[in-house]
Amino acid sequence: MAKAKDILLSGLVLVAGRGRRSPRPEAERVVPDYDADPRAETWAIVLLLLSSLCCAGFIVVYAVDRIPHQTQFLGLSLGLALVFFAAALIVTALRLVVTEELVEEYPPELHVGEVDLIASTVEESGSRLTRRRLFKLALLGAGGGLVTAALTPAASFGPLLRVKDYFGTPWTRGRRLVDEDDRPYKASDIEEKDFYTAFAEGADKEEAGASLVLVRLPTSSLKLPPELQGYDANGIVAYSKICTHAGCAISMYRVPTFLPDEPKPALVCPCHYSTFDPASGGTVQFGPAGRPLPMLPLEIDARGFLRAKGNFDGAVGPAWWGVRNRKPSPQS
Amino acid sequence: MRWVVVIAALTLVGSAAAADGKQVFGRYCASCHGPDASGSTGQRYGGGAARNQSVQTGMGPSLHGVGALAADFYLRTGYMPLKRNGIQPRRSRLLLDNAQIDALIRYISSLGKGPAIPHPHPERGNVSEGMALFRSHCAGCHQIVAEGGYVTNAVPPALGDATPTQIAEAVRIGPYVMPKFSTKAISDRQLNSIIRYVEYANHPDNRGGWSLGNIGPVPEGLVSWFVAGSALLGVCLVIGKRLHG
Repeated sequence: MAKAKDILLSGLVLVAGRGRRSPRPEAERVVPDYDADPRAETWAIVLLLLSSLCCAGFIVVYAVDRIPHQTQFLGLSLGLALVFFAAALIVTALRLVVTEELVEEYPPELHVGEVDLIASTVEESGSRLTRRRLFKLALLGAGGGLVTAALTPAASFGPLLRVKDYFGTPWTRGRRLVDEDDRPYKASDIEEKDFYTAFAEGADKEEAGASLVLVRLPTSSLKLPPELQGYDANGIVAYSKICTHAGCAISMYRVPTFLPDEPKPALVCPCHYSTFDPASGGTVQFGPAGRPLPMLPLEIDARGFLRAKGNFDGAVGPAWWGVRNRKPSPQS
Repeated sequence: MRWVVVIAALTLVGSAAAADGKQVFGRYCASCHGPDASGSTGQRYGGGAARNQSVQTGMGPSLHGVGALAADFYLRTGYMPLKRNGIQPRRSRLLLDNAQIDALIRYISSLGKGPAIPHPHPERGNVSEGMALFRSHCAGCHQIVAEGGYVTNAVPPALGDATPTQIAEAVRIGPYVMPKFSTKAISDRQLNSIIRYVEYANHPDNRGGWSLGNIGPVPEGLVSWFVAGSALLGVCLVIGKRLHG
């Protein structure tokens, strides 16, 4: 501790002593001589001292854990240290460093007429070419070929060429519906006014085609279109959990406590509020989705487990061109 | 002094009247839920060319068998009495006093066998399990930080003012368009964890200080761009200014 004090003191003496150097012998000044500005100098020194005080404060706050709002005081001390330091630099730059304004003339123009020379050089350099048009075409072909070749790997981005994979779903007739812990759902587990997420048994749950949203509606309220008749199992309906707009997970189920006064049941996507009607086959009620949610036909086996009766009625996943013309297929 | 007596007398009269739950029901609830609380599908009257507005009486569900749980939830959150039917009930100033609410809850629970007021124990729950459950069951609508959000045609509320009992009740009832969760879907033990998480989300540990509503990077970004950005711009101007012509 005592040694540190000695070092600190001698350092201070050295720093203070540097100012009192004997003046150099008289010589020609490079920059103009301005008057000293003792006030600005004092200011700068005071600001620098304040900055080091704040730094010391930071160290103290960091070391002492008992201080309440420690994060705030850490930020405050370090921030103030930087502010004082910056202020000291500003004062120094504006008041203490000698500034002078010098005017430098533009040099005289050196390359008069050379632009024309370059133009005619370029023009005359092509005089050996006889089939100019063909040459230009060949050049264009090679350039275009290079660009096309560079862009070809972009085909891997989307289903332009290989679309089959996008329509494979794990659903086949008889496959059971399981929850996220792989317990199979029984029809009696599904209660009205609640919603469930289900997956295909044994399938990868990350796969877009594997996840379902499952709700039970009163059978009297179902208004399935003719092509979807029989897709429900005693009022239990299953839809793809992937929104047909941008592919988010449908995680909102709007279900009224008292139907006459309140909005009717709907599956809602939290990303852009696409709203689907579970009673009428997942038709779009609101929002940017362009086509209904794909519906999975269900059946209940003899032991009461929920099983798929087939594949979805439409393609699963977000919208892209041509998606409506495709039917999902069982995965190969 | 005289005023104190008058107010005291009025309060006494008020609570005496409130002691009878059925009377309070007749005054505040019967127009929608029906005189015997068996619900009403509503009747239209009024309206016409001059005033293109129809008024309805009735249109309230039956309260038989909803139990003390539902009555406690709807009355103590200010969801009921509703201003008019067809709108979403929101948390609001309580119209009825405590004695009236107690009497109403007794009356409603006497109408049929229904669930009692739950007594959750969030201190027995686990925050991380609660967060996982909240994420899969609740966050779709209420947002992961329980700040509420939007569903089409309804507004899932922020949970900042909800008490543990009210959260437990809401999960079982599913008020307005919220799904309801049976003990099979969310057990009472899991519910403790969910409530513990909601309490944590309502009072997070704000190490940074100014929380800006805990709604994430957008307000934080705005503050850093506008406040810190303007300050920096000011400093740049000061530095760039020429003091000596």
